[in-house]
Order: sequence, then structure tokens, then C-alpha cells
Amino acid sequence: MSNFAVGLAIVCYLAVLFILAYFAEKNQRSKWVNNPYVYTLSLAVYCTAWTYYGSVGIASSSGISFLAVYLGPVIALPLWIVVMRKVIRISKQHKISSIADFISMRYGNNRLLGALVTLTCLFAIIPYISLQLKAVSETFSLISSNGSYEATGFFDDSTFYIALLIAVFVAFYGTLSTDTSKHKKGIIATVAMESILKLSFFLAIGIYITFYLFDGTTDLYNQASLQENFKQLTSFGGLENGFNWLFTICLSFFAIFLLPRQFHVAVVENDNESDLRKAIWLFPLYLLLFNFFVIFIAWAGNISLPDTVNHDYYTLLLPLQANNYGLALLVFIGGFTTVISMIVVSTLALSTMVSNNIVIPYGFIKTLVEGNPEENTKRIKNIRRAAIFLLIIIAYFFYIRFSVQLSLYSIGLISFVIIAQLAPSFFLGLTWRRGTARGAEIGILVGLAVVFYTLFVPIISQAALPNANFVEDGLFGYSWLSPTHLFGLDYLTPESNAFLWSISFNTLTFVTFSLRTKGNYRERNYAEMFVNHENYGNLQEGGFIWKGEAYVADIKRLLNRFLGEQRTNRALRLFNKKYNISETEERADARLINFSEKLLTGSIGSASAKILLSSVSKETPISLVEVLTILEESKETKASNKLLKEKSEELAAMAQQLKAANEELRIQDKLKDEFLDTVAHELKTPITSIKATSEVLEDEGMPTELRNRFLENINRDSDRLDTLIHNILDLEKLSGNRSELDIDDHDMSKTIQKAIKGVEQIALKKEVNIKFPKKEKMFAAYDEDRILQVLTNLLSNSLKFTEPHSGKIKILLEDLDKEVLVTIKDNGKGIPDEDKGYIFDKFYQSKNQNVKKPQGSGLGLAICKKIVESHKGTIAVDKECKEGTRMIFSIPKQQ
Amino acid sequence: MKQKKILIVDDEPNIVMSLEYAFKKKDFEVFIARDGTEALEISDRERPDLILLDIMMPEMDGYETLKRVRDNKELSHTKVVFLSAKSKEKDVKKGLKMGADSYMTKPFSIKKVISDIEDLLG
Repeated sequence: MSNFAVGLAIVCYLAVLFILAYFAEKNQRSKWVNNPYVYTLSLAVYCTAWTYYGSVGIASSSGISFLAVYLGPVIALPLWIVVMRKVIRISKQHKISSIADFISMRYGNNRLLGALVTLTCLFAIIPYISLQLKAVSETFSLISSNGSYEATGFFDDSTFYIALLIAVFVAFYGTLSTDTSKHKKGIIATVAMESILKLSFFLAIGIYITFYLFDGTTDLYNQASLQENFKQLTSFGGLENGFNWLFTICLSFFAIFLLPRQFHVAVVENDNESDLRKAIWLFPLYLLLFNFFVIFIAWAGNISLPDTVNHDYYTLLLPLQANNYGLALLVFIGGFTTVISMIVVSTLALSTMVSNNIVIPYGFIKTLVEGNPEENTKRIKNIRRAAIFLLIIIAYFFYIRFSVQLSLYSIGLISFVIIAQLAPSFFLGLTWRRGTARGAEIGILVGLAVVFYTLFVPIISQAALPNANFVEDGLFGYSWLSPTHLFGLDYLTPESNAFLWSISFNTLTFVTFSLRTKGNYRERNYAEMFVNHENYGNLQEGGFIWKGEAYVADIKRLLNRFLGEQRTNRALRLFNKKYNISETEERADARLINFSEKLLTGSIGSASAKILLSSVSKETPISLVEVLTILEESKETKASNKLLKEKSEELAAMAQQLKAANEELRIQDKLKDEFLDTVAHELKTPITSIKATSEVLEDEGMPTELRNRFLENINRDSDRLDTLIHNILDLEKLSGNRSELDIDDHDMSKTIQKAIKGVEQIALKKEVNIKFPKKEKMFAAYDEDRILQVLTNLLSNSLKFTEPHSGKIKILLEDLDKEVLVTIKDNGKGIPDEDKGYIFDKFYQSKNQNVKKPQGSGLGLAICKKIVESHKGTIAVDKECKEGTRMIFSIPKQQ
Repeated sequence: MKQKKILIVDDEPNIVMSLEYAFKKKDFEVFIARDGTEALEISDRERPDLILLDIMMPEMDGYETLKRVRDNKELSHTKVVFLSAKSKEKDVKKGLKMGADSYMTKPFSIKKVISDIEDLLG
């Protein structure tokens, strides 16, 4: 294929990317740009040229171990979701825009740590980017020179231009907003599309090779198994190799969290936490699909291509060998697209880190503080753009100078090992509040030193001192200090060896120094916020402990410089509204300081934001005692939480009791009110009658007979008034337990007979039959007068409600071992069911009583109940009784 | 002048007896009911000019009776006066709000009741 045609294809493709990014930026809110699929596909930026080309290379020479790099993320994904949710929440709250910012903020906005993390990322990623460029350049010459390619590494200009175009793309779409925490929809949309392209092209070539060039997977297997190294390619290689697997899985596990580009797409660009739910199954599926044909392409290459070609490019060489240029071009574009998405996201993430964690905090703060908003915005964007170009150019020169001998796979792994050095400060930082900035810094430095010694020293010494044999024999002749077989472990691959020891020393140093240093209050504060995130989620501004003096005007001036007056005013207005702070407040409090810090973090990174704010405020360091208090508090949080929980449960129970008691009181109070109301009403009735009657009696012309009737009425009303007052006093006496019962042993049967005698006259008059058949002696201790009162009342009620002539009342007396039971049954009209629950209430009179007002005061049964209860007995109406009324009461034999 | 018809509704026979005597003396035609149900029956039949209505009665109370009287178009000219022992301010307000023409409290002076009622009937 001609250079020109391939070049044209590249330019066309890049034009499509620019247009797509343009439309995505323009339609930021569209469903096409904002959905969980775009999010998941952007995660697939994990698959780089290393996956696209390198996996095949490694599969062809060392078998299935390439899979480990993809198994890590798949295994990690459930945990990834949990950790990421926390990381995303924290990052959104604090406007974090890179992993360097995240780690630096966790350790109290530490400037040095942020810079260190940035440098670590640069060490890890720049060689990686240059490897991507190498892949582009090599595949470009493969496809355009129309023949088999020998890796010579000559200077190829087209790669340089491609690199520049990529830089322009990132510089343009990556710096639309100064706030780095703002989403870059254009770039993410292109990344998502590229993820689709690279997967479909790779699957296409996989299917082509497996099913067209060969006769399916079985055919490939049969042919491949004839090759001499086939056994080695398809086995795991025993226990020792198992460790290599394990470490590679761990490495990729860390990488999926820590790679700057992964952090960027997964955290910074995350729109919606629930997107994670889609990613949990879709992303592993993507990785699985991507790796499905790798082994078959590798076998096919081993069978059909000479051993002299670069195994990494089997994917491209196989269609070329079959003269299928169209498919080869697709493969090339697929690889190219893979490279672009990786470079774009990586440089975007790295440039943010370089500007926010190195350039601005270490060099430009002063200039920015003096500048006006427009200048500052321009300056910040320019810093970032310069960083983007610089990064890509450095990567390009690195590729020209160093990367010739290294394979995609090994550079990829080296990059992972370096990035893994952030793991202790990242993961432990999220779970262990004692971790300090000093510990993190020293841990990372020690880890990097070990990586340097174990991975780079052998490479350098091979190049510089080919005769020196200390790599094999160990430093100073101590074999356990051999860089590649540290401490005598000789079965690990160089990368696994480097990973194991660097991460061990890193963690050990991190923990040791964290335990030895105390860190300042800021560190502890943020530690608390990150570790115990759920508790601090609501506090946000308030969770920050800050002591000092600052003025709103100064802070406003500072914000103006970076956000412009309009945005500043709007933000402050919202802030004041949220916390109900007066617009005229002059002094700034901790919340405003923290709020402003957050606003600035998006634009210039957390470390610079901290420095800027401390320049306009007089911060008083919190005293040692206060620091210790915070420390103690966090240590005791758990214990005190438990205590608090118990206390609050106790309080809740008590509140419940109080509520019940209160309710009871309220009911009592209401009853008392009702009682008084009723008493007043009941007293007024006879008084009204007496008053009216006596007024009528003034009429002198009234006939004598009528006059006598009126006088009789007055007499009866007076009696009624007297009874009523007597009963009320009686009831009150019984209620207040003031009545002294005159308790003695009495024969209940005798008492009943007395009661019958009392109502005999009325019964005879009404011709109602009262029967008391069993007259055995039955002694119990009670106040006879009172019980007589009860019996008389019950009997009078029965007499009142039974029909004349046919009425029957029957009294039964039973011995219940410890108490005596009296039953009075009549065949009267009975009590309606709905009334049975209330008849013992004061003044309750059945609604179904005769139209004629009954003679009672409405207190009779209430008094009966009181009397029986003061004898510790019970009284009830038989609710099952259908015919007439059955009243039952019992009195204990012994009081 | 045509004799005015008055219906006294109360479940206390002694009170009713005095009122009946006093109103008859003043040349009213007096009807007696012991509760709301009976009162409505008599009202339907006699179309009284005024109903003197107790509130606390068994079965149908005074409020319900008043409501039914007001719902009956035939009784649109009938005035209703509550005569009740419920003498709190809120009770009076409630009674008037329900549409009673006047509210008198127990215990009462018969002379005053009669003169108020004569005023009410013009």
C-alpha cells in the first residue's frame, strides 16, 4: 500500500475524531453522550496497543500468561465498584481532577506528595506513551512498505506528525474549561467510539484468521500442536510460574485503580454513580471478547510466519501475507485508534497533574495571585497546553532514543510496576487513618528505588558495562543482593521480582513512618474525611477543622482572580444561602475557607488552593492538645459510637415511656374535664327545674292541684340533687383511696339477702321475681355496707330494665377457692353490645334507655366498680350473654 | 291575632311542665316532645312558629334535630332557639353557627325566656 493512501486514511480518521468531539461537546446533555455504555466503553481505554498487538506477541512466545493482565481487573471488579464509589464521592465533593490530587488531598493537600505522585506517573507513563508511538510507527511502515518488516528503528517523520496532531487534539478539547474537574464530553465520546472500533476490528481479524485463513479453532489447534514449543505455550508452568501469575494479576489489579488514565475516565469523568452497575458486567465482557482470539492469532502466526518477524505484529502481518490489504488497513486503523485513545487520555490526565501539582504550586502561584481573571484563565490553559505538547514530545524522543529493544509487553509491565508504588498510600489511605504524608512520600521513594535497582540497573548495566557481572552475582558479591533475584528468589520474572520487593518495602516504610510521625492536624482531618467518608459526607464544609482569622473580602478578591467576578458572586451567594450567613458578614469561618478551597481546587489543584488560601488568612495552628483530642476522638469514635447508640436507644425507650405517660395524663385530664362538664350539666338540670318551677309558682291564679304537683316536683328535684352530690363525693372519696373500708369477715349469702330485702318493695310493686336459690354460708373479708351498696345498685338496675309482671332476676353465689363470685342475671332488655365496654364509665348511660330519663345519676356502676376494685376484686358484664343482662363480680376471701 | 305555636323539646319532664304552664298562660299553643325524633314528627304535623330545643338528649340530640329542621323546606319560617345547660362560650358559638336563631342557657328565668321569644316572633 502506498504511503500516501495510509497517510490519507490516518488524516481522514483524525478528522472524524475532531468532528465527533465537536458534536459531543456541543450536545453535552444528549443521551448519546451521557449513558452507562459510554462510561463503560471509556473504561476500555485500559486496552492499549499492548493488548492489541503485544498480547499476541507474548502468547506466541510464552503462552497464556498474557491473560493475567486482564484477569486482574476482572477479579478486582466487585471490589473496584465498592472502592470506586467511595473515591468518586470524595472526588466529586472536593473537585478532585487527578490521582495526584486525590492522594495529595488525602494527606492534607501536601504539595510535595502531589508532585511526587505526578513524577511517579510521569516515569510510568511516558515510556508507555512512547511505546504506543512505536507501535504506530512500526505498523505504519509495515503496512506502507508492502513487505515484511524488520525492526530497525529508523527515524520516521510520519510518527512525529501524528504525535503532533494528537497533541493538538488533546490541547484543544482537553482545555475548554479551566476547571479540570469539569467533564470533557468530546474526548470521552471519541474514546468510547474508539473502544468500539478497536474491539470490532480485532474481532474481525480474529474471525478472519481463525475461520478463513484456517479451518476453525480445531484445525488451528491441530496444526499448532505439531510445533515444538506447544506444550510450554499451553501450560501454566508449575508452582513457581503460579507466583508470576499471582503477581501479574495483583499488578493489573492495582493498575485498574491507579493508572492516571483509568482514574481519569473512571472517576473524574464519571457522571453518575449508577453507571458503575453497568460497568461491573460489561467491562469484564469487553475484556473477555478482546482476548478471545489472541491465542488463535498467536498460533496462526507461529504456524504461517517465519520466526524472524516481530511476533507483536502477527495481527497485521497475517492479512498482509494473505494479500488482504483492506483488512490489513482496518487492523492498522484499529491499532491506531487504540493508540490514540490511550495517548489522549493519558496526556490529558498527566497534563492536569503537571500543571496542578508541579507547575502552578511550585512556580506560578505568585504570578497568578497578581493577575486578573482573564489573564489567569489564559495562563492556566496555556500551562496545560504546554504540558500536553511537552509530554508528547518527550514521549516521542524517548521512543526515538530508547525503546527500540523493548517489547510492548515488558514496557507495559514496567509501567504497571511503577504505578503500583502508589498503591499503599492510595489503598491504605482510604482505610487507615493513621497514614501520614511523610510515610507516603518515603514509601513511594523507597518503592521507586527498589524498582530502579531491580528493573533498571540490569538494563543499564547491560548497556553500559557489558562485562560487569554483579547482576548475576549480586552487589558486592552478595548473591542475595542480585537485582533480578533479590533475597534468593530465583524463579520470579524480573517484573514480578521488582513488584514483590518494591511493594513490600514501600508498604513497610509507609506503615513504619506513618506510625512514627504524627502528621499535622490537616492530615488527620482529611484522613478522617477519606476513611470515614460516610460520616463526613453531610458535613463537607463543616467537616474541615480550621482555626484562624480571615476576611470575606480577601477571599472574594482571591476567588475573583480565578473564577471571575460573576462566578464568584454566584458561588458566594449560594454558599451564604445554604448556611444562612448574612451577606454583610466580614469574617470568614472554616466553612467558607473550605468551600473556597474546593472552588479553587478544580482550577489549580488542591495543594495550590491551600497555599493561596493560607496567603489571605492568618491560620492559627491548632495546638497539640487539640490535635491529640482529634486523635483520641477518632480512636474513640468506635467505642463512643457504640455507647452513644446504647444511650440513644435508652433515651428513645425513655421518650417512648414519657410519651405514653404523657398520653395517659392527657387522657386523664380530658376525662377529668369531661367529668366536670358532665357533673355541671347534671347539677344544672335539677337546679333549672327548681328555678323554673318556683318562678311558675309565683302565679297566684294557679289551681291548688297543679300547685301541689309543682311543689312535689321541687321536692323530687332537691332529692335528686342531694343524691347526685352524695354520689359524686362518694366516687371521689373512692378514687382518692381516702375512703376507709371497714373490713371484716362476713357471710356473703347473708349480705345478698339483706340487699334483696332492700329492694323487695319495688320488686313486689313491679311484680318482678328475685330468686336466690343457694343460701350456703360463704365467708369473705369485706366492708359490708359497701358491698351492700354494690348489690343494691346492681339489683336496682335489673329491676329498672326488666318488664313488669314477667321480670325475673336470679342471683348465684359461688365459691372459687380464694374468692367468692356473685352473679346477677335478669331477663330484661339487656345492654347493647356497643355499650358493654363503657357501662362502668362515669355518667355513661345507655343511649337505648327509655325515652323517659332513668332515675339514676349515671354514677352507679362507676361507684360499684370502684368499690369492688378497692376490695381487690373484679366486676364485669358478661359480653356473651344474649338474653337479658348478666353482671358478675368477685371478692377475695382474704384482703 | 292568630295563636303562636311553640314546640318545647326537652327530656326533663319537670322543666317542660313549668315551661308549658308559663307559655300557655301567655296564650301560646304549646306542643311537647321528649327527644329529637318526636320533635320532628310534631314539627311536620304542626309547623310550629318556634322550637325551644334542648341539646343533650338521648337518641337524636339538639344539633341533629336543628339540622333536620333546617333541611326541611316546609319549616322555613320556623325559628329555633336552643335552651341548654351547655353554657360555655364555645357552646353558644357552636349553636349559633349551626343556625339557631338564639341561644339561651340553663338555668333560666322563665320571664326572660318568654319576653325574648316574643321579641323574636315580632
